[in-house]
Amino acid sequence: MSKPIDILVIDDEQVVRDAVCRVCGADGLTIETAADARTGLEKLHKNTYRLVVCDIMLPELNGFHILDSMKRVAALTPLIMITGYSTMQNAVDALKNGAIDFVPKPFTADELESAIHRGLRYHTLTQNPASRREGEIDLSSLAVPCPVEYHRLGNLSWACIESNGSGLIGVTDLFVKTVSPVGEVHYYDLNCEIVQGSACAEVASEDGLVHNVLSPISGRIVERNEALLASPKMVEKDPYFAGWLYRILPTDVAFSLKQLTPCIGDH
Amino acid sequence: MVTKLSRRIGFKLIVVVGLTMIITIGVYSYFNTRSQRENLLAEVERHAMQLSETVKNGTRYDMLFNQRERIHIIINDIGSDPAINEVRVLNKEGEIIYSSRAESIGRMVDKQAESCYGCHAADKPLERLSISERTRIFRIHPDSARVFGVINPIYSERSCWDAPCHAHSKQQQVLGVLDVTISLADVDERIRASTFQVGIFAVSAILAASLIIAFFVNQWVSKPVGVLLDATKQVGSGNLSYTVPDLGKGSIGLLAQSFNTMTMKLSEARLQLFQSDKMASLGRLAAGIAHEINNPLTGVLTYASFLLKRSQNNPELHEDLKIIVRETIRSREIVKSLLDFARQSIPKKSQSDINEIIDRSVAVVEHQLAIKGLKVVRKIDPHIPKITLDPNQMQQVFVNLLVNAADAIEDNTGAVTIASGILRLPPQGIVHIKAARCPSGHDLITTEYKIEGIPAIRVKARSNGDEGFIMLDPIYGLNRHRYEFEVLEGKQLDVVCPECNVSLMMEEGRCPVCGSNLFSFSIPAQGDVEFCIKPKCAWQRWATVDSVGKKVYAEVCVADTGVGIPKEDLSRIFEPFFTTKGQKGTGLGLAVIWGIIDNHNGTISVESEVGSGTTFRIRLPIS
Repeated sequence: MSKPIDILVIDDEQVVRDAVCRVCGADGLTIETAADARTGLEKLHKNTYRLVVCDIMLPELNGFHILDSMKRVAALTPLIMITGYSTMQNAVDALKNGAIDFVPKPFTADELESAIHRGLRYHTLTQNPASRREGEIDLSSLAVPCPVEYHRLGNLSWACIESNGSGLIGVTDLFVKTVSPVGEVHYYDLNCEIVQGSACAEVASEDGLVHNVLSPISGRIVERNEALLASPKMVEKDPYFAGWLYRILPTDVAFSLKQLTPCIGDH
Repeated sequence: MVTKLSRRIGFKLIVVVGLTMIITIGVYSYFNTRSQRENLLAEVERHAMQLSETVKNGTRYDMLFNQRERIHIIINDIGSDPAINEVRVLNKEGEIIYSSRAESIGRMVDKQAESCYGCHAADKPLERLSISERTRIFRIHPDSARVFGVINPIYSERSCWDAPCHAHSKQQQVLGVLDVTISLADVDERIRASTFQVGIFAVSAILAASLIIAFFVNQWVSKPVGVLLDATKQVGSGNLSYTVPDLGKGSIGLLAQSFNTMTMKLSEARLQLFQSDKMASLGRLAAGIAHEINNPLTGVLTYASFLLKRSQNNPELHEDLKIIVRETIRSREIVKSLLDFARQSIPKKSQSDINEIIDRSVAVVEHQLAIKGLKVVRKIDPHIPKITLDPNQMQQVFVNLLVNAADAIEDNTGAVTIASGILRLPPQGIVHIKAARCPSGHDLITTEYKIEGIPAIRVKARSNGDEGFIMLDPIYGLNRHRYEFEVLEGKQLDVVCPECNVSLMMEEGRCPVCGSNLFSFSIPAQGDVEFCIKPKCAWQRWATVDSVGKKVYAEVCVADTGVGIPKEDLSRIFEPFFTTKGQKGTGLGLAVIWGIIDNHNGTISVESEVGSGTTFRIRLPIS
C-alpha cells in the first residue's frame, strides 16, 4: 500500500480548492482535489487519504451524500465539512452525520490550519489498532466518553442541562486530545448570545494554533469558568467537570437538545 | 356613467314609484270626474223637473179655462231663456199644441222619437213613469250640444172633465205631455273644464312627486350606491388603500363603514401575506447571496490571512493586510447578518463603546464622502458609558445611515452630521410592551394587527350586547389604540381576554382623571399595566416601569442636509424592499437596521422635511 495522501479537497469553487492547497501546501502536506462529489468518491475509492475536506453545496450530489457513501463502505477517513451556507442546521446536521468538524466559509488561514491539524490528529489517533473494534472506530478507546446524562455536538463539545434550567457546556476529551497541549483559553464576553453550531470560545494550543469551540446549544452566557483562565490545563485533565467553559441560559432547551447526540449510547 | 341607465337601482325605483303614482292618481281622477259629472247632471235633472212642474202649475189655470193665448205667452216667455232649448205641450195624439218654438206648433211627433220613447217603447203606452224614466239626454244633430229633456205627463183631473169648456172625457187619464228640454252646452262645458283641471292636477302631481322621489332616491340611494360602487371597483382593481367617504349614519353609511373596515383588514392581510412572502424570498435570496459571496470571500480571506502570517518582517505590508483581513471578516459578519435577518437571529452582544463604533463607521465612509465633496461632522459626547450591543451590527447600522445620508445630498452641497448623546426619558412613549398576559396566562400580543409596524395588544370588549376587539398601543403612554367597534358614550363596557373570556376588569380602583373603571393585564416579570376603560381618557399606568422613573438612553443621530423624504414614503421606509433608489438599492438597508435596533431593545425614528434634510434618531437603553 502506497503512502497515504494527506488531504482530499472536494469543492466546486476553484478559488477555494486553490486556497486550501496554498495554506496546506505551505505546511508541507500533500493534497489532491475534486470539483464534484462523483470525482471525489472515485478518488476516495482509488487512493487512501488521511483527511477529507468537503463542501456541502456541490453540483448534483452534495456533501451529505459523500458522508453517506463513506459510511456505507465503512471508510474510516475523517471528514471536515466546509460551507458558504453556514446555517446552524447545516452545522448540526453535518456533525450528526459523521463529519468530525464544521468550518463555515469564509475562513482565515489560521482557522483552516487548526481544523486540518485537528483532523490529521484525529486520523493519527484512529491509526492505533487498539482503537478499532470489528473494523469500526471505537471512540471510547480513543478518549474518555462524556458522562451519560450529557449531550454532545459531534465529538466536539458537550452540554449538561441542570435542574434549574441553566446548562453547563464544555469540550469533549476527544477534542482536547486533538488540540493538546492546551496553552490558553479565550472566552467570549459575559451576556453574549451564542448560537448552536457556531464558535463560542477559542482554545489555543501550545504550538500557536487557535481552535474554535462550536457551541452545543444556543443561549446567553451567564457565567464563565474563570478558574480555567488561570489553569487552562484543567480542561485536559477533567474536561467534563472541573474543565467546563460556560454556564448558559438556553434560549430553547428542548430544540437545542433534539439536535444533539445523547451520550448514554456511548457507554 | 359606465352603468346603463336602465340597470341603475335609482332609475328602477323611480319607474316603480312613478307607475304606482300614475295608477293611483289616474284611478282617483277618473272616479272624481265621473262623480262630478253625475252630480252636475243630477242637479240639471232636479232643475229641469222643477221647471217642468213650474210650467205645468203656471199654465194649469189657463188650461182649465182654455186661455190658449195666455198659455202661448207663458210658454214663449219661459222658452225664451237661452238655457232652455224648448218647452212644448203635446196632446194625446202626439200633436204639438203649444211650443216655445212657433214653427213646431201643429206638427205631429213620431212616437218612436227620442222624447216619446220613455212611454211608448212598449206597445201599449205607459201611463205612470218613474222620474229617471222621464228624463233623457240626446243630441238634436250629431254635432250640436247635448240636450237634456224631461217629460211631464199632464194627468186628467176632475176639473178637466168638469170644466164648462168641453173637451176631455172622464175616461182619459193622460191628457197630454209637457216636454221641457234644456241645453247641456253649459254643463258640458263645465264638465270638460273640470275634467281638464283634474287631468292637469293629476299630471302635475305625478310629475312633482316623481321629481321629489327622483331627487331623494338620487340623494339617498343612487349617489351613495354609486360611491360604494366606485369603491368596490377601486378595491377590485387592487387599490386597497381606497376608503369610502363618510356616508352618514344610515344603513348605507354603516355599509360604507363596514366596507372600509373590510378593505382595511384585507389590506392588512395582504400586507402580512406580502411581507411573509417577501421574507421567504429574502431567505432564499440570502441563502443564494451567502453561498455566492462566501466562496470568493474565502479566497480573499484565506490568502490575505495567509500572507498576513508571512509578512511579519514587512511592517507596512503587514498593516495593510491587517486591514484587508479585518474588513473581510466584517463582510463575513454582514453576510451572516443577512442570513440572520432572514431567520430573525440574535445579535452577538458585548460591552461596547458606542463612540468607538461611530469613529470606526465614519472611517469606513469618510473617503467615499470626500470624493463627493461632503464632510462628516462628528458631535460626540465622550461620557456615554459602555452599552451591551453587537458592535459589528451597530457599525453596519451607522455605515448604512451615513451612506444613505450622503446619497441624499447633491455633490459638494452639504454635510452629514453624526451626533451622540445621553438622554433621560420617562417610560411613556418609549417603552415597548413586548409581552402581555391575561390572568389565565394567554398571550395578548397579536401579530395580526400592527400599530405603526409594532404588534398590538388585543383585548375583547363587550358593551350592551355588542362585542369587538380593542387593539391597544404597544408603546406605553402613546394611546394610539384602535377600536374595532363603536363604543357608545355612557354605556357599560367590559374588557375580557379574547382567548378565554376571563375578565380583565379591576374590582378596585378608579381612573384618577375621569373616575371610570379600570382594566389591567400583566407583563411577565414586570408587573401590571392598568388602562382607563373610557376611550377618550388617555390614562394608563405601569407602576413597575414608572417606579424606575426616567431611563437613560444613548442617542445617536445621523442627519443630512439633503433632499428629504416625502411624507407618504416616511411611514414605509423601514419596510423590507421599500426603496426610493430604484435599481440602485435593494430596499433592505433600513429594514435590516430596524431589525438590528429592535433586537437591541432600542428605537429608531425618522424626521424629514422635503428640501431641507432628514434625521434618523436611534435610542439605545443604557442598563
